Amino acid sequence: MAQDTGHQTGTTLVKRGLAEMLKGGVIMDVVDPDQARIAEDAGAAAVMALERVPADIRRDGGVARMSDPEMISGIQAAVSIPVMAKARIGHFAEAQVLQSLGVDYIDESEVLTPADEAHHIDKWAFETPFVCGATNLGEALRRISEGACLIRSKGEAGTGNIVEAVRHLRSILGDIAKITTADSAELFDWAKRLQAPLPLVQEIHDTGALPVPMFCAGGIATPSDASLVMQLGAQSVFVGSGIFKSSEPAKMATAIVEAATHFQDASIIAKVSTGLGSAMKGLEIAELETKLADRGW
Amino acid sequence: MTPTVGVLALQGAFAAHVRILDWLGVATVEVRTAAQLERVDALILPGGESTTMSMLLERGELIEPLRSKLSGGLPVLGTCAGLILLSSKILDGRSDQHALGVIDLEVRRNGYGTQLDSFETDIDVAGFDDPFHAVFIRAPVVERAGEQVEILAKVDDNPVLCRQGQVMVAAFHPELSGDDRIHRRFVDSAGY
Repeated sequence: MAQDTGHQTGTTLVKRGLAEMLKGGVIMDVVDPDQARIAEDAGAAAVMALERVPADIRRDGGVARMSDPEMISGIQAAVSIPVMAKARIGHFAEAQVLQSLGVDYIDESEVLTPADEAHHIDKWAFETPFVCGATNLGEALRRISEGACLIRSKGEAGTGNIVEAVRHLRSILGDIAKITTADSAELFDWAKRLQAPLPLVQEIHDTGALPVPMFCAGGIATPSDASLVMQLGAQSVFVGSGIFKSSEPAKMATAIVEAATHFQDASIIAKVSTGLGSAMKGLEIAELETKLADRGW
Repeated sequence: MTPTVGVLALQGAFAAHVRILDWLGVATVEVRTAAQLERVDALILPGGESTTMSMLLERGELIEPLRSKLSGGLPVLGTCAGLILLSSKILDGRSDQHALGVIDLEVRRNGYGTQLDSFETDIDVAGFDDPFHAVFIRAPVVERAGEQVEILAKVDDNPVLCRQGQVMVAAFHPELSGDDRIHRRFVDSAGY
């Protein structure tokens, strides 16, 4: 809109800015407008539209794709909070469709079946901002160099098991801490080892943080899980199967929203964790046939 | 006495406000509870999702303490979602969303559209010699401002920076563009 009035749209500041607005919040996976309304009623900061929640993708198998545009439009009509949607890794045509639908954020996601075995989407080519997953700092910086405006640690989606999310967060934040205290000569070696652009490594050295916000995804199933990853340094949480695979989704959603705000206050976590019904049944990582986190390069 | 500026930290861009206040050398406290609210001499309501913040204010039993501090003249700066919360009437909001009504504005939530319509632009602000670079993110549109409201800046004829007594609101995000003048003006006007 309104280029002639001096308004610049789709800039890096505007795209990263929306991620700032989502901090301290919960982004919930939803597959239809009814779930989206439950999420908004619970206080979600945004919803993520996808075809099936990760636990069902795992169970049913087959190719997982972008959601039906009609479903996405229905979700946009149902809620006033930002609507995100997932595209397959490398599937820039799906991303173009999502941009044309006016979604607020695109998740280039390993939860869907990858469309390209070597290339991620050139995210600079889009006005819609992108979030991408990462298991380590090198992966995060490669995604940022491709234009991602928000990073989420991947964890292992659809398992209800927090162990992978913790591993990825500790890896990313641990390396950031080491780079911050490295001397300038060591940064070249860090860039080489991480297979990441040197200027981004130097920026981390100077600022002590990623150039974009970092949230956590993949395995969050309880308020305590949200508190754990936020105390470790995640700035918000994505919750997928953890809500709509629990016995009382509305209650669980509300409790995790409060946990994301009061993550440092154990007495509030205890209070909101009381009488929640059962969390989703989890999966042991060693018994998985497919590790979604291995998708992406 | 060292004054303390609180930043409501229920959800949203509170960390960016704290960073600017730190830069200005102002003592800050992140406010999530009524006890923390009690300690502040001024308050910033940040951007984020106004519906989420409204629910968390209610669940945390913060609405009444906040109303009482505001009616006692607490200096307050609301940006984006903060503007929505402080206004007198919200259009396109949720029916259960709280409008604290301390500035006489009628605002339309997400008035510019979706994220694709988010933008940055230079604006002229009353009292500033140079333009201020303003970032609008899924921003609210002020559709009506009461007579007591002083309009400090406009974009396309819509007020985007307003003041009424000790209440200052911005539809944009002064915490994101690396310019501390609006925060300085707020802190100065709060009497420090």
